[in-house]
Amino acid sequence: MNKPEFVYVTYIDTTPDKVWQALTNGEFTRQYWGGRSITSDWQTGSTVKHLKPDGSLDWAGEVLEADPPRRLSYTFDPSGEMSGQKSEQTAQPQAEKPSRVTFEIEEYMGKVRLTLTHDRFEPGSKVLQGISVGWPAILSSLKSLLEKGEPLFPDWS
Amino acid sequence: MTAASSKHLDMQPNGCLNDSMPNDMNDVFKALADPCRRELLDRLYEDNGQTLGELCERMAMTRQGVTKHLALLEAANLVVVVWRGREKLHYLNPEPIQQIHERWIGKFERHRLEALDTLKRTLEDSQDE
Repeated sequence: MNKPEFVYVTYIDTTPDKVWQALTNGEFTRQYWGGRSITSDWQTGSTVKHLKPDGSLDWAGEVLEADPPRRLSYTFDPSGEMSGQKSEQTAQPQAEKPSRVTFEIEEYMGKVRLTLTHDRFEPGSKVLQGISVGWPAILSSLKSLLEKGEPLFPDWS
Repeated sequence: MTAASSKHLDMQPNGCLNDSMPNDMNDVFKALADPCRRELLDRLYEDNGQTLGELCERMAMTRQGVTKHLALLEAANLVVVVWRGREKLHYLNPEPIQQIHERWIGKFERHRLEALDTLKRTLEDSQDE
């Protein structure tokens, strides 16, 4: 059994439902996730797409588990090749296999404890290096949006 | 108000309370103000997700001492625990350090990101021509 490579825990002064909405609603993600919109019907086996502000594909994945407002898990494939659709990144020879993103949402002393686990990386993964810098900024921006009504980097793209 | 937060409030001098400094930041700085605890974080930064036994092997400290330091790091959210079967794995949680980063460096990062974005747009525009 492999151990997870990346774990991030943040406490947010809000409700589990709002965190769920913030993670799954494209209109919401656009506000704190550098203008990017997440789209899916959030049924197990469905596609997840993460779109850049210009509508092009940033990354794609597959819903592994969606149990609102407690647990959300999907694969994360930054090479972005989905059903014949190709982004410019797929041409790169170092495309890695999809990894796995899991969010757990729990109530804790009147706040929400949000745990992100990102695992199943290839050894020496470049994607792991990227997400280790990316997730703290994204989730911190999410926290700021939910608590203060303003994200940290609204224009980041 | 929760018991934990009122404990912190009691320790605050008058006039020191404001929204931009969450009370639990005191726990973070206290936890960081010890070389042994910083060394534990260094060990986890090198190799994230270690058991107590693995951490003890590389520390010149008793198991009891490491346990005590880990508890303080956990209370400050600098270390989080993930159970893998019966194994308790310790992870360095970047969240509090991200908060510190954003408080004093974040605005510069934002400018850097904007500069990168401008550069990207300029390069893309020149490609189109």
